[in-house]
Amino acid sequence: MIARISIQREDFDAAAEVAALSQDRAGIGAVATFTGLVRGDDGLTAMTLEHYPGMTEREIAAHVKEAEARWPILGATIVHRVGTLKPGARIVLVAVASSHRAAAFAACEFLMDYLKTRAPFWKLEQRGEDADWVAARASDDTAAERWR
Amino acid sequence: MKLLYFAWARQKLGKGEEEFELPSEVETARDLALHLAARGGGYADVFADLNRLRVAINQEHANWNARVAADDEIAFFPPVTGG
Repeated sequence: MIARISIQREDFDAAAEVAALSQDRAGIGAVATFTGLVRGDDGLTAMTLEHYPGMTEREIAAHVKEAEARWPILGATIVHRVGTLKPGARIVLVAVASSHRAAAFAACEFLMDYLKTRAPFWKLEQRGEDADWVAARASDDTAAERWR
Repeated sequence: MKLLYFAWARQKLGKGEEEFELPSEVETARDLALHLAARGGGYADVFADLNRLRVAINQEHANWNARVAADDEIAFFPPVTGG
């Protein structure tokens, strides 16, 4: 299976990523994608994402392998941005290719739940002069728990 | 060994990494956290409540009872919030 994992400062083009994932691969009948954006609520002016280089890529690769063991997926692309982003900016892309939609949807959701609860990223929210680290949410842990 | 700090742990200490000579009495990640807390200042603050902190050993999530060795890379950070 082909997996592309990229941690980058630059923006991404979801359509181009999906095209690259499915190009020249006749067995692919479905690509499920999730794009996460910076939500600009409560006066948020910027969000800064920090990560643990090395461990982040390892964690994501391990979860892609786990997704591969659970569902008949044919490819996966995960792009996660770091650095300072403005409201509305794209943060994360998860795209999963399979023969049929059920596996693609399920593996996409699985990877997103694990990205939120296991991959070492941290968000700092800025509202004008104030900056606060985002606290982990119990609802994200609950979402990841259901795959156990 | 190499110690790494992320997010508010890094901010409170004013540094993201440091080299550390592992004392012989430090056996687990919890021992290490308590040893560092005893330095006081920002360290006391960062390691005040281990329920708020997570640890990784050699780039893998670990628990506070895990053994640490002299050539390990140990990272301390708050619960993750990516995605």
